[in-house]
Amino acid sequence: MPVEIDIEHVARLARLDLSAEELEGYKDQLGLILEHAARVQSLDAEPHAENAHPLGLFNSFRDDVVLPSLDRDEVLAAAPETAEGYFVVPPAMEGE
Amino acid sequence: MSPMPSVVEAGRWLRDGETTAVRLLEGALQRAANCEAQIHAFLTIDRERALETAARADADLADGIDRGPLHGIPIALKDNMCTRGVETTAASQILAGYRPPYDATVVSRLGEGGAVVVGKTNLDEFAMGSSTENSAYGPTFNPWDITRVPGGSSGGSAAAVAVGSSVAALGSDTGGSIRQPAALCGVVGMKPTYGTVSRYGLIAFASSLDQIGPLTRTVEDSALTLEVIWGHDPLDATSYSGDYPDPKAGLDRGVAGLRVGVVKELSGEGYEPAVESAMGEMVSRLEGAGVEVVEVSLPSFEIALSAYYLIAPAECSANLARFDGIRYGHRGQGSTTEGLMSRTRAEGFGPEVTRRILLGTYALSAGYYEAFYGQAQRVRAAIQEDFTRAYQQVDVLVSPTSPTVAFAAGERTANPLAMYLSDICTIPSNLAGHPAISVPVGLDSQGLPIGFQVMAPPLGEEVMYQVAAEVERFAGFELAPTLQEVAS
Repeated sequence: MPVEIDIEHVARLARLDLSAEELEGYKDQLGLILEHAARVQSLDAEPHAENAHPLGLFNSFRDDVVLPSLDRDEVLAAAPETAEGYFVVPPAMEGE
Repeated sequence: MSPMPSVVEAGRWLRDGETTAVRLLEGALQRAANCEAQIHAFLTIDRERALETAARADADLADGIDRGPLHGIPIALKDNMCTRGVETTAASQILAGYRPPYDATVVSRLGEGGAVVVGKTNLDEFAMGSSTENSAYGPTFNPWDITRVPGGSSGGSAAAVAVGSSVAALGSDTGGSIRQPAALCGVVGMKPTYGTVSRYGLIAFASSLDQIGPLTRTVEDSALTLEVIWGHDPLDATSYSGDYPDPKAGLDRGVAGLRVGVVKELSGEGYEPAVESAMGEMVSRLEGAGVEVVEVSLPSFEIALSAYYLIAPAECSANLARFDGIRYGHRGQGSTTEGLMSRTRAEGFGPEVTRRILLGTYALSAGYYEAFYGQAQRVRAAIQEDFTRAYQQVDVLVSPTSPTVAFAAGERTANPLAMYLSDICTIPSNLAGHPAISVPVGLDSQGLPIGFQVMAPPLGEEVMYQVAAEVERFAGFELAPTLQEVAS
């Protein structure tokens, strides 16, 4: 069963600025992989609950107390651009 | 090549005064110097820091401070585990030059255990791959035949242990990334029960599947290394806080009276004859030793690979959203925040990582979630149910670790699906969160190693190691890769 993929939409959701040519290549590969992956639909879904942790753990909480965090200067040292203790980014919207 | 010691042997030599931690480290570094040009197992070797740690281990022993089985032992770390102040790239361009401000919990535990970190090993970018060919810094090659892949994604760790550039190593296993390269390189590779080894400081790929574990020369070394790294960690919200088994307890117990299940679905088409015959021979040996052998069927295994290639990419697409060029790593150009992020990510991620992010984003997107991701999670539940049913009949399950021996470099890079099939035997244990180990059992006619997998129920590490130890004794496998060292 061929799978319908709006590859430009998916790339936009994933924040990947890919060329038209790259997108075409990925679309073809995704189609083949998803055709194989669609075999999951052969399982009778009814009796099976979605599941995650094998030991049945759920949320784990710690006491709500303040603990030392990472050193700010050390963390900022890894950033591409910083100023006055902050990360610097370009404007969030187009314009002046 | 002269044989390198196991953890157990090296520990004995250290305590008998026959060697020192510094000499062991120098031996490992010399081996790396002679082999790296051919196999490229390491991304970073921090010689100075390692020598300092080794000297401290020697001083401690001289003062009567013994930190346990890994004290003074050279260990390599897969480069997706954070090491404070030491470059950690996950083999991606997007993290080139990144020096974490903290240590992963496993790194802290190795430090407390007196281990000496030799360096950071190569992997498929963000641990996504089965051949270590997806590294942004160039592939690793198999020391038994350098025209072939070492498996992946922990191929650097497996190759380093195989040649003795390290006595032991840590890898991470999301769909087989410890066990499959261990099988292809002739070493022992083990994935623990999900939640028993902290993931704090492991660069996340698929959080519900990722688990750190040891790659070693012997089964006993594997159990000893596991004991140092596992245990409850409040820094990992999925960490298990109950009682832990003793992985060493059954090592010398033998296997008489145990029930072993051979998985019907993990054989037949696609499995190399040499792999199947090594498998059959070992099962007969076990039977001869008093094991009751049963063929068991776990029908959901037929669609495990399909479920995995929806769940793992889905989690990957969420986890890798953090790499955006704002707080660390590579930054591309852009006139808006979103533009900068999209450029950064297109430039920083390699093709396989990009493919999985797109695949996962698709599987989670509106309109497709139920048919793909939701259904894959139900398959996961079906796999757990099949395992539970099987373990009512048997103590452990066995299969080949990989359907084939090491394949040629470049053979599967153009065909993602063929590459994904490399993990068909290992993926079910990840989806269920169960422990499993690969033990080398022999060579095929081309001299390439074959791995035998033992799977056990959650927290079943004791019986898993019990069987693995017997398999190792029967196999009498000699770790002697044919790589010719080049004098440096």
